[in-house]
Amino acid sequence: MSITVQGRQAATTAAPAPPGGRSRGPARVRWAAVAFVAPAWLYVAGFYLYPLASSIRMGFQDYTVSSFYTGVAPYVGWDNYSKVLHDGHFGETVLNTVLFTAGSLAFQFAIGLALAVFFSRRFPLGGPLRSLLLVPWLLPLVVSGTAWRWILDTDSGVLNHVLLNVHLIAHPVPWLASTHDSLTAVTLVNIWVGIPFNMVILYGGLQSIPGELYEAASLDGAGGWQRFRHITLPLLRPVTAVVLTLGLIYTVKVFDVIMILTQGGPAGSSQTLTTFAYNLSFQQLEFGRGAAVGNLLIGVAVVFAVVYLRATREQRQAGR
Amino acid sequence: MSRLLRTSRLFRPAARPGALAALAAAGALTLAACGTGSGSGGSGGAPDTLTEIDYYDAAPQNTQLPQILDECGVRNGVKIKHQQVPRAQFMPKLLQQASARSLPDLALIDNPDLQQVAATGGLVSLSKAGLSTEGLYPSIAQAGQYQGQTYGIAPGVNGLALYYNTDFFTRAGLEPPTTWAELAADAKKLTQGPRYGVAFSAVGTEEGTFQFEPFFWTARGNLKELDSPQAVKALTLWKDLVGSGSASKSVVTWTQADVNDQFMAGNAAMMVNGPWQLPTLNADKKLHFGVVPIPVPSPDAKPVTPLGGEVWTVGHSKPAREAKAVAVVKCLLSQDESAKWSKDAGYIPSNQRAAAQLASADPQLAAFVQEVGTAKARTTELGTAYPKVSQALADAIQAVLAGGTSPGSALSQAQSAAKN
Repeated sequence: MSITVQGRQAATTAAPAPPGGRSRGPARVRWAAVAFVAPAWLYVAGFYLYPLASSIRMGFQDYTVSSFYTGVAPYVGWDNYSKVLHDGHFGETVLNTVLFTAGSLAFQFAIGLALAVFFSRRFPLGGPLRSLLLVPWLLPLVVSGTAWRWILDTDSGVLNHVLLNVHLIAHPVPWLASTHDSLTAVTLVNIWVGIPFNMVILYGGLQSIPGELYEAASLDGAGGWQRFRHITLPLLRPVTAVVLTLGLIYTVKVFDVIMILTQGGPAGSSQTLTTFAYNLSFQQLEFGRGAAVGNLLIGVAVVFAVVYLRATREQRQAGR
Repeated sequence: MSRLLRTSRLFRPAARPGALAALAAAGALTLAACGTGSGSGGSGGAPDTLTEIDYYDAAPQNTQLPQILDECGVRNGVKIKHQQVPRAQFMPKLLQQASARSLPDLALIDNPDLQQVAATGGLVSLSKAGLSTEGLYPSIAQAGQYQGQTYGIAPGVNGLALYYNTDFFTRAGLEPPTTWAELAADAKKLTQGPRYGVAFSAVGTEEGTFQFEPFFWTARGNLKELDSPQAVKALTLWKDLVGSGSASKSVVTWTQADVNDQFMAGNAAMMVNGPWQLPTLNADKKLHFGVVPIPVPSPDAKPVTPLGGEVWTVGHSKPAREAKAVAVVKCLLSQDESAKWSKDAGYIPSNQRAAAQLASADPQLAAFVQEVGTAKARTTELGTAYPKVSQALADAIQAVLAGGTSPGSALSQAQSAAKN
């Protein structure tokens, strides 16, 4: 704080200095500014740019186990990318990532919106109930993931037990132990994890819609569905855009849920790009290929981050 | 504040690219410094502390190992700093240390990984340092070698055998199975209510491959040819055990520790597991069990199991440090310590004579000792290419057990993936 004040004083006193001569004042102001920006630069450079650059470089290298000790890793051009694209698991992994992301987003949003609308009415215990719904968000994923592993267990899991007792299924469903069900299972758990985030943001959005609009609409004879369709949804659109793009970026990079529940298995049936990159790098020790998959993932995230920034900028301009 | 201003002159906008490079260099230096911090001891003279790393995260191994390390440290007048990391992070951690040129002085590495670590060039040749593998099982001696040099020596080895619950077997009037046909028939008979006949681990990692290899190799399969008829035969056995309901569908998610839990809870009448579970199993007084060798396809076949166990390695540092570390490894491998470790941690001594003595004294270990004689090191056929083939095989096992793919097509897919 004191520096800005000093700087300003210096600038005013130095103003009448002869033109042409390099005045000390403005220079000091500039340095002061640099001093304030420098820590941020250092931080971004050290913790974002350097790793990012290393990852991009590694994607073009044949980085083997011995590269770690010798430091020698020959450049191989697009070799890693082409090997990854021709990997037998790649197609399935991309499809899994798309299904996982789309499924998670659709249900998280729909259920989150339904709950937000529900809780925007006032009723006894509404507040405490709403807070309770935040629990999935507050629990460490390792804890809730392990609990879900037990719940979804084929033989002794409570979910199968309940479904069998109410005669919805005839045989226990191997949620985590079948290539047909594992993706559904991890998506279900991820939906559960994501609902509170959607609900909280959408609830906030609902609060900002003026109540008079609803009153006017009901005077005009609009029913509940019409009010939702023609007032709530359009006025919620900016918030919706934010929730969906942020949700997408979060979901594409989900790692812990899958790692704890299935490790991407069985037989790669719940593998997404994140777990695929992890497996390549840290299980198979194919660091070049792992980096290549990681870079593809960063590319996807960047595209949607740009979409998000665009959306929020337009929103801000529209708000002005 | 003024100091901050002065230093910030370095970061004039014009100087930015250079500053970035300097920063990156500084970052790299700091990282390197962090890495070597614990590794570099006294200058030139004998060090007073050595570093050690392993992946034992469960009792009794994780409590026994530090004790033995302390003993050998005291005997050599050096303090040993013990560190353990989870199995999945062990290799990445080791490689990260290798990149900072600060491999721990002592590392206990899983034997199929040894050749990969040795290939980095960061390990001290133990044969050059004067350590001998005489008297050890040839298979484990071989597993510790890379390009003709010994880089790792095992204090104890392990393998897989068939555990069976004697209560369930007597009640059903059955004898423990010796052939695949008997295994399948007994497993079927013993499957009742929530109890399965047999449990094994088919998890999608090296652990699952390790459990499958006794069947794979006993059927005369070869890791270089994953889609051979012998391999198909072995995988068909597992497929039928799960398909007939004699083994749980959850085997694809169970680790060996999970399998042991199922067996202890009475949810499985038999299990495939290693001797390291014995201390835990013996602690449960209500559980009655026996151990027999892995069943074989025909009565005249001999079981061929994979050789399990970790090897001690010494990382490159300064000559005095390396000498000290070698002396400690010598102590860790001595007959006393090796026997003590084997007994407490549920391992078979890697010294053949010591193992034979133990087998005659402890009937629980007899089956394991008998198998270790014919056991095969996992890297024998493939060397550093093993991890990749192991992953392909694990994928094939999972595709068959969890996805209903036929053993033939899953294994031919695995073969082409392994070649990539």
